[in-house]
Amino acid sequence: MKAGTKFIIGGVLVLATVGYLMATGIKETGVYYLTPSELATRVEADRSFYDVGVKMGARVVTGSITRDVATQTIRFRATDGQHTWPVVYRGLAPDTFTDEVDVVLEGRLQSDGVFHATTLLAKCGSRYEAVPARTGTEASSS
Amino acid sequence: MTDIGNIALWIALLIGLWGSAVAFAAGRSRRADLALSAERSMFAVWGLLALASAALMKALLAHDFSIEYVAAYTSRNLPVFYTWSAFYAGQKGSLLFWAIVLATFSAAAVLMNRGRYRELMPYVTAVLLVIITFFVAVMVFASNPFEKLGFLPQDGRGLNPQLQNPGMVIHPPMLYLGYISIAVPFAFAVAALVSGKLDTGWLQAIRRWTIMSWLFLSVGVVLGMWWAYVELGWGGYWAWDPVENASLMPWLTMTAFLHSVMIQEKRGMLKKWNLGLIIGSFLLSIFGTFITRSGVISSVHSFAQSNVGWFFLGFLVLAGVASFALLAYRWPVLAAEARLESMVSREAAFLFNNLIFLVITFSVFWGTLFPVLSEAVRGTKVTVGPPFFNQVNIPLGLLLLFLTGVGPLIAWRQASTANLRRQFLWPVAGMLVTGALLAVLRMSDVWAIAAFALAVFVTVTVAQEFVRGTLARHRQYGEGWLLAVVRLVGRNRRRYGGYVVHLGMVMLFVGFAGMAFKSDTEVTLKPGQTTEVRSPYGHVYRFTHQGISQYEQLNRFVSAASLDVYRDGKYIGVMKSEKRQHMDSMGQPTFEPSTEVAIRSDVREDLYIIFAGSVQGTEEAVYRITINPLVWWVWYGGMVLALGGLISMWPTGRAPTPVKRRADQAGYVARVEA
Repeated sequence: MKAGTKFIIGGVLVLATVGYLMATGIKETGVYYLTPSELATRVEADRSFYDVGVKMGARVVTGSITRDVATQTIRFRATDGQHTWPVVYRGLAPDTFTDEVDVVLEGRLQSDGVFHATTLLAKCGSRYEAVPARTGTEASSS
Repeated sequence: MTDIGNIALWIALLIGLWGSAVAFAAGRSRRADLALSAERSMFAVWGLLALASAALMKALLAHDFSIEYVAAYTSRNLPVFYTWSAFYAGQKGSLLFWAIVLATFSAAAVLMNRGRYRELMPYVTAVLLVIITFFVAVMVFASNPFEKLGFLPQDGRGLNPQLQNPGMVIHPPMLYLGYISIAVPFAFAVAALVSGKLDTGWLQAIRRWTIMSWLFLSVGVVLGMWWAYVELGWGGYWAWDPVENASLMPWLTMTAFLHSVMIQEKRGMLKKWNLGLIIGSFLLSIFGTFITRSGVISSVHSFAQSNVGWFFLGFLVLAGVASFALLAYRWPVLAAEARLESMVSREAAFLFNNLIFLVITFSVFWGTLFPVLSEAVRGTKVTVGPPFFNQVNIPLGLLLLFLTGVGPLIAWRQASTANLRRQFLWPVAGMLVTGALLAVLRMSDVWAIAAFALAVFVTVTVAQEFVRGTLARHRQYGEGWLLAVVRLVGRNRRRYGGYVVHLGMVMLFVGFAGMAFKSDTEVTLKPGQTTEVRSPYGHVYRFTHQGISQYEQLNRFVSAASLDVYRDGKYIGVMKSEKRQHMDSMGQPTFEPSTEVAIRSDVREDLYIIFAGSVQGTEEAVYRITINPLVWWVWYGGMVLALGGLISMWPTGRAPTPVKRRADQAGYVARVEA
C-alpha cells in the first residue's frame, strides 16, 4: 500500500474518532439555552421537561435578591419581561451579580416551580463598556 | 485635539483608498512611479494614524471629558498607568489601536522589503492598505473615538476595576499584536497568489513575521490566562469562553503553519495547504474580532453589542471569498514536488501534527458556534461547555504532545529501525517508567498519568538532542561545554529555539494535567476559628481566620480578610483576600465591588483564597479555598515558550540563506542518513 493511502486511512480514523467524540460530547453535555418564557412553554407542553438541565438567560428582578450568607444561599427572581421564575442558588455569586443585571443560570427547574441553579454567571453591560453619567456624581449601575 | 484626530482619520481614509487602488495598478502594470506612490501612501497613512493616536492619548491624559470615549473609560482619580491602557480598553479606542499597529507593521514590512520582491510588494502594499482602510472606515462611519458627548461631565466614569491590573495593561496589546501581525503574512500570501510568483520567495519573506505573530499570540493568550486567574477569581485560568476560543484558534492554525512550512521548504510539499493556513489564520483573527464585538455569541468578556460586528462579518466574508477564490484559481500550479514515502517518517509525523491542529481548531470553532448553529438549524439554542471541549481536546492534545516528541527526531522520507532505536530508546523508556511509577503511586486520573508520561517522553527527546549536539561540538571543535551549548543554539536558532518552545509546551501540559487534582472548599469562619484542607500531595493545610479590616487605599475602599496559614502544623504566613469598592473622585462608589484573590504559589501547588463576603457586616467571613496543583508550570511554561520563540526569530546577522531543499540541514538524523 502506498504511504499516501495509509496516511489517508490514518487521517480518516482520526477524523472519525473526533467526529464521534464531538457528537457524543454535544449529546451528553449540550444543554438548552432558554429564556424564562421559553422554559415555561416547554414545561407546559411536556411535563418531563422538569428536572432537565438547562441554561437560562434572564434578568434579575430589582429588589428580589435575598442572601443568607451563613448557608451561602441566594434567592431571587429571574425574568424576561413575560415570565418570571423564582431561583435558588447555593454558592458564591460573582461580584457583578446585582439588581437588574443579566444573568446566565445553569441548573434545573424542579416540579415545585423553583429553578435550582448550580452555576450563576452575571453578564454586566457595563463590564467593559460604560455609559458616562450625566453628572459626575451619579453612578449608573446597569 | 478632537478636530485634529477626526481630520487625520478622514485624510487617512482618502489616502488609504487612493493607495490601495494605485498599488494594485502598480502590481498589474509594473510601473515604478505607481509603486512609489503606493509606498508613500502607506507611510502617509501611518503618519496620520500616529497623529490621531497622539490626539486620543493627549485627550485621555488631559481628561478631556467632552469626548465620549474619554468620559466613558477614564476618571480624574484613575492612576496614569491605567489611563494609558484606557486607550484600548473600549471598542472605539481599540479600533484606533488596531489601525495604528497594523499601519506600523505594514510600513515596516514595506520599508524592510524595499527593492526586494519587486513583483510581490505592490500587491502586498495593496492588501495591507485595504485592511487598514477598512479599519479607518469603521471608525469614521460607525465607531469614532473622537465622538463628542455634547455636554461636559464633571468627571469620567472611570476604568472598570477588573481592567485595573498590570496583566490587563499588557495582555490585550500582546494579543492584538498577534492578531494584527498575521495581516503581513496574509498580504504576502495573497500577493503571491495574485502575481503568480508562487516559488518560495514569499515564504522566505514572511518566515520571521510568522514566528513573531505566533510569539505575540502565545504571550497574549498566556497573559490572558494569568489575568483571568489572578483577577476574575473563579479559581481557574481557562473556561473555554468564546473570546478565549477566539484567541486560541488563530494560534492553533499559526502553529500548524510553522510546522507544515518546514515540509514545503525541505520537500516542496503542502503548498496549497500552507497558503490555506495563512489565509485561515488571518480570517480567524478577524473572526475573533467579530465575535468579541458583535454580541452574536454571549461571552463574559465581550464588548457591548454594536453594529460594528456586522462590518467585520462583511469584511470577513469578502476577504474569505476573495482569497479562497484566488487559491482555487492558482490550484493547478501548486502541485507538490514530492510524495509521502512512508508512514514512519518526519513528513508523516508533521502531516498528522497538522491534521490534529486543524481538527482541534475545528472542534473549538464548532463548540463556540454551536449555540448559533443549533438555533439556526433546529430553532433551539443548545450550548456546550468545558466538558465538551475537554472530552474532545484532551485526547487530541495528548496525541499532539506525543508527536511533539516524535516529529523533530524521526528521519525524513523513511525512518530505519536503527534510526528509531537510536532516537527513541531512552525517551520511550522514560515514558514507560514514569507511567508505571505513577500508576503504582495510585494516581487516580488516567489522562493525567498519560500527560506526565508523555511530558517525560518529550523532555528526554529534547535533552537528548541538546546533549548529542553539545557532545559533537565538544569533540569536533574542542569547545568547553557552555560554549558548545551556546554555539549549538546560536548556529541553529530555528531548530533549537523550536526545541525550547517544545519544552515550554511540555511545562504547559504538566500544568494543565495538574488541574485534574484541583480541590475546592467553601467555609464560613468566625475570627479565631480554624479549618483544615488536605492537599493532593497529602499535606494538611490549616487556616485560622484573623478577622476583617477596612481601610481606604488609592481610588478604592477595601475590606480585607486575613487567614493564618499552617502547613503540616508549621506556620507559613498570612494570606489576605480583599473586597474592593472603587470610588469616583467625589467619593461615590462606582462599579460593582471586585474581589482581590490571595494566591500563594510554588512549584508544587497554589493556595488560592477568595474572600466571598462577611456575614451581615460582622467579622464572620465566607471563604472559598482552592488548591490548584502545578499552576506555576503554566506561567513558567509560557515564559519558556516565549524564550524559545525569541531564539527562533532572533536575526542571525547574516543575509537570509536562500530557502532550498537543504538535506544537510534537515536535522541530525538526516545527516546521518544522507
